[in-house]
Amino acid sequence: MAAVAIDGKKVSGVPVFSAENEEEQANMATILSRVLEAVVHDMGNGVYIVVRH
Amino acid sequence: MSNVIWGIATGITVGTLARYLMMRRDVRQYPSYPHAVVNHLSLGFLAATLGAVAIPALAAEEYTAVTFLALAATQFREVRSMERQMLVALETSKLVPRGKDFIEGIARTFEARNYLVLFIALLTSGVSFWQGPVLGIIAGIAAAAFVRKFIGGKAIKDIAKVRAGELRFEKYNLFVEDIHIMNVGLKKTRKIYEERAKAVVLEPFDDNAREILANVGQRQAIAHDAASLLGIYRDVDTAEFTPLLRRNKDTGRIGMIILPLEPDTECLLQAVRHVPVLESAVAKPLASSAGRCASD
Repeated sequence: MAAVAIDGKKVSGVPVFSAENEEEQANMATILSRVLEAVVHDMGNGVYIVVRH
Repeated sequence: MSNVIWGIATGITVGTLARYLMMRRDVRQYPSYPHAVVNHLSLGFLAATLGAVAIPALAAEEYTAVTFLALAATQFREVRSMERQMLVALETSKLVPRGKDFIEGIARTFEARNYLVLFIALLTSGVSFWQGPVLGIIAGIAAAAFVRKFIGGKAIKDIAKVRAGELRFEKYNLFVEDIHIMNVGLKKTRKIYEERAKAVVLEPFDDNAREILANVGQRQAIAHDAASLLGIYRDVDTAEFTPLLRRNKDTGRIGMIILPLEPDTECLLQAVRHVPVLESAVAKPLASSAGRCASD
């Protein structure tokens, strides 16, 4: 449904939310997961994806 | 009283009683108390009535009575369909849904039990009509006892060893022993898992059990039953705490992760052991020569 990234260039095809640092990234991902009733997954390259299963 | 009256009376009574005894009302099973129970009992009464009047009607050469039995079959099928639709509609309000397989099993069981009641009432009525009410009632009770044994299917404890497992994280990946469960992205979520989660491992006894546990509907039923019995640490906006069952692709073992409100591991294992094996999940590869050939 969405992605939260520090480096936005790594993501395309979904709405991307840019974060300044890891703490902000985690907070944004948490809020998105609550609002969208979805799960946050770590891609391992600094990108979190928010997926509704 | 004439044979006809005894036949009908004993058939209806034993049939309705049999339907009551077939009903299981606990917190994980359906139906809910009291309205759905009244619904089920009423339909059981109707099924018993139809079965009870069949033999006396045929004895009185009223052969059109057979058409009522065909009508009963149509009605039971429609009721099964309505029950299925209702249960599917209620799925969205459950934190851990039952799954379509479980629902189909419940709807099918509901229909089958009405047929069983019809046949029990028919048998009771027939024996009462020809041999008297006492023998009729004995025949009905024997049939009801046989049916009660027959409808009891297997549980998970009959097909697999259920034991506590160890959960661990490798970076953001959650494992139950060697079975990968999910990618947990947030550190806070991983911390909650480490504090509260319980892990269970199901080891199938044979290839038949392995295929039953491979069924996604069966695994969903296990998650639902465990969550409804022990409570679940989640709400609508915390999908990451949904109980999950994943499979080891090499061995067929199942790893389960759940965040129960009741922290007692033994209670969780007991809940999982008593989950019924769904009829739609039953597979018997060992019954075929290819399956036996392929088994180790």
